[in-house]
Amino acid sequence: MRQKASNTEAMAQAQNIPVGGTTSGSIAVAAESTVATRMSAPPSFDVADFPVPHGREEEWRFTPLERLRGLHDGTAVATGDGVKIDIEAPEAVVVETVGRDDARLGKAGVPVDRVAAQAYSSFEKAGVVTVPKETVLTEPIRIAVHGQGGVAYGHQVIELGAFAEAVVVIDHTGDAVLAANVDYILGDGAKLTVVSVQDWDDKAVHVGQHNALIGRDATFKSFVVTFGGDLVRLHPRVTYAGTGGEAELFGLYFTDAGQHQEHRLLVDHNVPHCKSNAVYKGALQGEDAHAVWIGDVLIEAKAEGTDTYEMNRNLVLTDGARVDSVPNLEIETGEIVGAGHASATGRFDDEQLFYLMARGIPADEARRLVVRGFFAELVQQIDVDDIEERLLAKIDEELEASV
Amino acid sequence: MATLEIRDLHVTVEVENGTKEILKGVDLTVKQGETHAIMGPNGSGKSTLAYSIAGHPKYTITQGTVTLDGEDVLEMEVDERARAGMFLAMQYPVEVPGVSVSNFLRTSATAIRGEAPKLRTWVKEVKESMAALHMDQAFAERNVNEGFSGGEKKRHEILQMELLKPKIAILDETDSGLDVDALRVVSEGVNRVRETGEVGTLLITHYTRILRYIKPDFVHVFANGRIAESGGPELADKLEAEGYEAYTKGGVSA
Repeated sequence: MRQKASNTEAMAQAQNIPVGGTTSGSIAVAAESTVATRMSAPPSFDVADFPVPHGREEEWRFTPLERLRGLHDGTAVATGDGVKIDIEAPEAVVVETVGRDDARLGKAGVPVDRVAAQAYSSFEKAGVVTVPKETVLTEPIRIAVHGQGGVAYGHQVIELGAFAEAVVVIDHTGDAVLAANVDYILGDGAKLTVVSVQDWDDKAVHVGQHNALIGRDATFKSFVVTFGGDLVRLHPRVTYAGTGGEAELFGLYFTDAGQHQEHRLLVDHNVPHCKSNAVYKGALQGEDAHAVWIGDVLIEAKAEGTDTYEMNRNLVLTDGARVDSVPNLEIETGEIVGAGHASATGRFDDEQLFYLMARGIPADEARRLVVRGFFAELVQQIDVDDIEERLLAKIDEELEASV
Repeated sequence: MATLEIRDLHVTVEVENGTKEILKGVDLTVKQGETHAIMGPNGSGKSTLAYSIAGHPKYTITQGTVTLDGEDVLEMEVDERARAGMFLAMQYPVEVPGVSVSNFLRTSATAIRGEAPKLRTWVKEVKESMAALHMDQAFAERNVNEGFSGGEKKRHEILQMELLKPKIAILDETDSGLDVDALRVVSEGVNRVRETGEVGTLLITHYTRILRYIKPDFVHVFANGRIAESGGPELADKLEAEGYEAYTKGGVSA
């Protein structure tokens, strides 16, 4: 009976308004996982275990493979001058560069597609940032990844010991063809906030899988902020190592003419009594701006007491942009607190512009008002002042470029 | 004293099979402090008049002039018209996702007044106007027109009229879709602004009902894209008794 109630709630919250693309949602009460089975190959660290995608696979069907610059078919060879990485961290933090055989690598998750496996198979050195147990940082750890115009593969581990607290900002700028995965490992009771900013130059290609493994009673809060790049495809994934874990996955993207920005979330409720909440918001403008949002949430049979919600909102500012938004909730147990999803795509159109201008508001300010308002609830939660300011400035800059 | 002058206004709109002339030579003068009711059957061009004056891009002015105190309104952008003192209360106010009513009102007032209103007096001003229109304070945190009922949308339009204090206000079928209670509240709001003597009001309506609450100085019958007859309030009584038949007969049906 409780299973039925939770499904009804989920459906009541689903809302689909397609605009020049697909916005669909589904809720499955599955006997076995379809999230896993609809991938074309099982997860693996070895790129050879994945066939070269042809584009019709479920996990690749939205992605323009020809713009991956060879990351998907083995032709992209690391050039040695791909990216420059600078890490700035408070004293208590241990920053290391390690070899491929380091035991701490790959603990948070296994690559689920060919490019993530290519990254894992190809990096030479990995970065490991460790916040010792019970260390509470007052300043953020900043990881600057600056593209130098070449091809690069990378792997970064960020590990928090039990009851440690930290904010990490990973800032991507410049031009590169980059496939890199990030592991977040949260010890029991740890609190990690991550802000990953994709502020790439126009030609950059960036693909990566971000795995979070959340310890007992630990809290993971993530902001994925994507502005730049020719093609950005990120795969944030969450699993739980103990009960009481919480994940908040927030995302903002501003997709311009010709850009492809794809965010594919998966939250695997594999442990009882955990929470997850995903809110991704995107604005799109210009010809062939393409945003893709996939929100997979799986509540496994053993994950009683799960509480989850996911939402994607898109604001289409001009004609010619396309959104594909696919929330997907799979529930294998009815003994849960709540499960819901929502997806909506709306337009900022000439009538809205007329209405605001008829109240004396100039056109550029009207657009800014709408977009800032749309993103405000997420931006305000970031809590890293310089990043918030930069985001707002970036939004204004993007809007000015469109006028 | 602000004066809106409309002279020989012709307006066309693009339709499926070409261009259609909707307004065919409108002449009208509205002065600050006056209230004009424009009444007419559906399809006579009343709303086109309202939207053309406000500058909606859908309408093309092919002939004639519109001036506000001698300034050419038709040369102005939509936002410039509003800042010059024109206001259009819309029949179908538009939803603006992501923008709260309070943010919208303040941005609009800042644009119209040329400077940001002082926060303390502004908050008080908004609160009082909302209370007078029987609007809950929680309303301010909702997104503009999103999920508003018909009555809420119209109250929100009149709230803006009160706060923006236009020289000339055009109310496009503000009475449509309102029950009697809501009509009374909205009319009282309009009357509060009128009583300042600072606004010239152009009240566009299909029904005489609203004229029981908002007393016009002049009544114009609109038919076939122009003003067919003008008179005092007594003309409304005649329309109430006889309907629009006398004006539509013989005309080209729209």
